[in-house]
Amino acid sequence: MTIKLMQGNEAIAQGAIAAGCRFYAGYPITPSTEVAEVMSRELPKVGGKFIQMEDEIASMAAIIGGRVGGLKSMTATSGPGFSLMQENLGYAAMAEIPCVIVNVQRLGPSTGQPTAASQGDVMQARWGTHGDHPIIALSPISVAQSFDLTVKAFNLSEKYRTPVILLTDEIIGHMREPIELPDFNSVEKFEQVVTESPETYKPYSNNGDVPPMAAFGRGYRYHITGLFHDEVGFPTQRLDEVEPWLERVNGKFERNADDILLYETDYQPGARTAVLSYGASARTARHAVKQMRARGEKVNLFTALTIWPFPETAVEALADSVERIIVPEMNLGQLALEVERMAGRRKVVRVNRANGEMVTPDMIIAAAEA
Amino acid sequence: MVDHILEAHHLTKQEAQIPPEDWFEANETLQKLRKHKKFPTIWCSGCGLGVVMGALIRAIDHLGLDNDQVALVAGIGCTARMPVYMDFNTLHTTHGRALAFATGLKIARPDMKVIAIMGDGDALAIGGNHFIHAARRNIGITALVVNNSIYGMTGGQYSPTTPVGMRATTAPYGNVEPPFPICDLAMAAGASYVARSTAFHALELDKYLSEAIANDGFSLVEAVSYCHTTYGRINKLGTAADMMRALKDTSIPKASYDKLSPEEQQANTKIVRGVLQRKNRPEYTQIYNLLVEQQTQREEIRPRNTGRR
Ligand SMILES: Cc1ncc(C[n+]2csc(CCOP(=O)(O)OP(=O)(O)O)c2C)c(N)n1
Ligand code: SF4
Ligand SMILES: [Mg+2]
Repeated sequence: MTIKLMQGNEAIAQGAIAAGCRFYAGYPITPSTEVAEVMSRELPKVGGKFIQMEDEIASMAAIIGGRVGGLKSMTATSGPGFSLMQENLGYAAMAEIPCVIVNVQRLGPSTGQPTAASQGDVMQARWGTHGDHPIIALSPISVAQSFDLTVKAFNLSEKYRTPVILLTDEIIGHMREPIELPDFNSVEKFEQVVTESPETYKPYSNNGDVPPMAAFGRGYRYHITGLFHDEVGFPTQRLDEVEPWLERVNGKFERNADDILLYETDYQPGARTAVLSYGASARTARHAVKQMRARGEKVNLFTALTIWPFPETAVEALADSVERIIVPEMNLGQLALEVERMAGRRKVVRVNRANGEMVTPDMIIAAAEA
Repeated sequence: MVDHILEAHHLTKQEAQIPPEDWFEANETLQKLRKHKKFPTIWCSGCGLGVVMGALIRAIDHLGLDNDQVALVAGIGCTARMPVYMDFNTLHTTHGRALAFATGLKIARPDMKVIAIMGDGDALAIGGNHFIHAARRNIGITALVVNNSIYGMTGGQYSPTTPVGMRATTAPYGNVEPPFPICDLAMAAGASYVARSTAFHALELDKYLSEAIANDGFSLVEAVSYCHTTYGRINKLGTAADMMRALKDTSIPKASYDKLSPEEQQANTKIVRGVLQRKNRPEYTQIYNLLVEQQTQREEIRPRNTGRR
């Protein structure tokens, strides 16, 4: 155990190495570049590999290829690059290839404000690639959590054979905080274990939620495709083959919600107001709640760490217990849409800022008083 | 497997030349085809793609490679459907991105033979950037580009290799864009092995493919083929057999080309078949792995301070 002063982006890179990531492919972009820089320096020391690809489309493709070859893989980017990654991100979801995609959000659309923070990619993280698909997105609120959630992202990606997006932002990414680094050997790592023989192995078996994935070149010769496929991976259009697969893939997170949905609650009995937030805005939310409580008000605080899938049941329960939920976000109201969906007739008050500045505690307090 | 097809064509197994059940076991090269399920192919009958696939299988067989050691990575298109029929580690990716996926795979498994199979649109339009960068890095991947001068799978739109003046469904008045010479592009970008042949010259293709796969660095084999269904029809080039024959009549071996005078070479419109480039350049994963070795050794001397200060 050692205490260090570190940036969020650096903590992500360290978390990745601790989680067993041994391949990074990326393309530089502010405000994510430090992740690549640290990975290029650290990976070779642990026998890992780094490559700077020709663009983000290639980066996303390369990490999928790397994982197919057996290395836990990651890329990091920001808005414009995240847009370019979408097609192959969908491929990873379709072909069930574990990988981690870090998006250090900056202000968009387009080139926007490269050095300004934002939470504008919440919906893109969910629906950016075409077609219905399962996806996990985690959002850290501190440097220490950047490390922890990166480890978690790798473990969830392996356990559920899915791309996992670490949806952080410029503030958390560039902020420096003290962090206690664990001994990397002691960090829990999920490893795929294939017990079937090559003769009976079905890479997309619908028997159970997640069939283990065999890496290429280990005797399990099989087919991986972005087309609809059957249990052995071959393209198919037969409904009797496609439907069980659709059911399994699109339901695999729901059936394991307790394991995937991470959030922190700090509730006060009798509270009529709740503040729900995530990422950098959750830091403001904490501050505002502290001030309100100091004045004797009762407030519930909900911090979503798993953003996708959205923690529906927990938010529904929160809504049942209060009269209104305040949702501060550095965008024009994205996760608020989900909160509204769960809130029934309770009031959802959006507090938004999409100009590169943080939401302030005063804005949240004013919303609570309105 | 094929009974319904035979029925539709009123053919017996014998007439259709369907091999007997034990044929796969009897034929060693065919062991590399996937048994069960995946046949017949999606390709139009008469398409040159089958010939190219045969050449690839023979090339791998000739090198005596273990099936487990070979990975086929493809993009999207008629050509890119090839891997599904062969009994290797097969990765069918997104349009244009085969080489980018293959790059990650090769880095993870430098010991494997990674072969990227692409159409002309796949490799040079949407995938053009990955193509030149894979060649520049000289990463140990064999790129097999089947050049049929058209987007076959989407029904015959012009591609970056459609000759000027030829028609396509999106060039109804004739193509006005000059085509890419695929091999020249790869040579300029740094590929360490570049060769070209055609679907007619199947055995020549075998040879070039096995040389390409044996080469440590980035190899390109351009297999000139045809698409009688789209390009052939819209340009009135005849049947598959006519187009196959044309490959013979409109191509010359490099040895003959080299004997031409500079003026004759300048005026040459025939496809030049042969090995066009062999370059001794360091292969990317080998160089990178040297770096990894150095760094890990250093770390062994001065342990990484994850637990200690
Ligand atoms: C991103 C994307 N754009 C477009 C397509 C549609 N598409 C599929 S195959 C293809 C072209 C195929 O042409 P080529 O690569 O020459 O292969 P061929 O079918 O001729 O073998 C296109 C445009 C796609 N699948 N993905
Ligand atoms: S459309 Fe053209 S390229 Fe595709 S299978 Fe048919 S003949 Fe071959
Ligand atoms: Mg083509």
